[in-house]
Amino acid sequence: MAIGTAPALDAQRLRADFAVFEELFDGKPIAYLDSAASTQKPRQVLDRMRQFYEHEYANVHRGVYRLAERATEGYEGARRTVAAFLHAPSEREVIFTRSATEAINLVAYSFGLDNLGPGDVVVVTELEHHANFVPWQYIASRTGASFRHIPIDDHGELQLDALAGLAAEGSVKVVATGLVSNTLGTVNPVEQLAAWAHEQGAIMVVDAAQAAPHRTVDVQALGCDFLAFSSHKLCGPSGIGALWGRRELLEAMSPFNLGGEMIRSVSLDRTTFNELPFKFEAGTPAIAEAVGFGAAIDYVQAVGLEAIEQHEHALTVYAMDRLAELPWVRVFGPPADRRTGIVSFDVEGVHPHDVAQILDWHGVAVRAGHHCTQPLMSRLGVVATTRASFYLYSLEEEVDRLLDGLHEVKRRLG
Amino acid sequence: MPRPRLRRAARDVSEFEQLYREVILDHYKAPRNHGLLDPNDAVAEGQNPLCGDEVTVSVRFGPGDVIEEVGFEGRGCAISQAATSMLTDLVKGRTAQDVAAMPKDELLDEIGIPLTPVRLKCALLGLGVLKVALHRAKGTPLPEEWGASANEINLA
Repeated sequence: MAIGTAPALDAQRLRADFAVFEELFDGKPIAYLDSAASTQKPRQVLDRMRQFYEHEYANVHRGVYRLAERATEGYEGARRTVAAFLHAPSEREVIFTRSATEAINLVAYSFGLDNLGPGDVVVVTELEHHANFVPWQYIASRTGASFRHIPIDDHGELQLDALAGLAAEGSVKVVATGLVSNTLGTVNPVEQLAAWAHEQGAIMVVDAAQAAPHRTVDVQALGCDFLAFSSHKLCGPSGIGALWGRRELLEAMSPFNLGGEMIRSVSLDRTTFNELPFKFEAGTPAIAEAVGFGAAIDYVQAVGLEAIEQHEHALTVYAMDRLAELPWVRVFGPPADRRTGIVSFDVEGVHPHDVAQILDWHGVAVRAGHHCTQPLMSRLGVVATTRASFYLYSLEEEVDRLLDGLHEVKRRLG
Repeated sequence: MPRPRLRRAARDVSEFEQLYREVILDHYKAPRNHGLLDPNDAVAEGQNPLCGDEVTVSVRFGPGDVIEEVGFEGRGCAISQAATSMLTDLVKGRTAQDVAAMPKDELLDEIGIPLTPVRLKCALLGLGVLKVALHRAKGTPLPEEWGASANEINLA
């Protein structure tokens, strides 16, 4: 982990960029510990989107007037920003989607339906988010491919000694995993999995929704074939995400959505498809959202990903130390040095919904539920957990407020 | 959006006491009719997709489709488990047809606490599952939100 040299991050100063923290709930600003679900938005992003709508807006790509050129430049500029952010070899390999979920569905449908069949194996993980689990389960069922998973150990880390057994089950064609677990914060060994996937002749699909906002993500260093992430977990607007894919794979794939923009020419009995990336962007895209996405990446990069990682790590260490003081709280997942700023836990004898309800009355916003990881919940032997998650604006005193709230939970319901 | 419902004036009562009324905590900590019936005439189970909470309800009928016994098990929050417990008291001795037609408000009035839309789903999970069990045994109508859930991915 690249910790120690990055300039410190001043969360208190950054909070001035987020109007939501000016609002008081029962006299206090919200302790927003749910950034893994979605982050708050800084003024810089909102101002950029307003500027775009007021002075640069038209539909993209085909208008010949100057305003349309501005809009196209805004939209395509955002694509270049995403490509540089991921260290992608070319911006033509970046496809804007509605979300990380849609990006994964694009690969599952377009690659999966054409390339999977009986005897093939799709491998996911036991701690996968449903977004990178259910599409593959579905496409496996449609094509007759086997659907298998890499199990986790009691720390919530992948058991890579299971790989040999998976390879023996057939021809592995797809390996799909998150870079960071949204429930446990586990950082998965994607480089190693990508190397294994390629030995099998499989593609490596990475869900980076919980990673890209928090640490440097380099698609070339990871060695993956596809990588998905979303804007709204990275200080940007909802409704837009991105898929990066290797050009030769994208070019060989069938389109996902069909309609305007994705065509080169259409006649009554024949349609040819547009070049990358437009082949995968049918219809008018989320234009201002793309511009906002680019502004959010600029914002996060100005703060610095190393500084963000270091800040979240310090908060995670602090939170896990404080939670360890409570014998009636069980924290799930690996030690702090092998996870990001996500802490899932169980309060003995109290359901997470009730925990979150009482915390809300303390102005502490956490998530309670299965976090779209029901197979993981089964493995942990629970139906749900309570999850606190951090971002660049999170404060140590918010962890203290979480702890105060948990004492109240225990007193009332434990 | 359903309005939060209050049985009594909320003034001078803390948020905790409004939602976790004594009767709710009593049913949560000591649920009535807990445990599945064996033998039974029908069983159904359901999950709250928002949080994964589970409730299983079993029923046994007497003459004239009257619910003679009802028993449940579940894993979930105080609201979902207490609401199901209160529901079991409410339906015993009534006919399957009567309970299948029971409006949500009858149970919600009994629970008598302010519920946000999310917590409403917790409170109504048991009622939905019970209506599925009645449907299986007696062909009574399914609750509308459970009607269209037949599709699935099944690799088994």
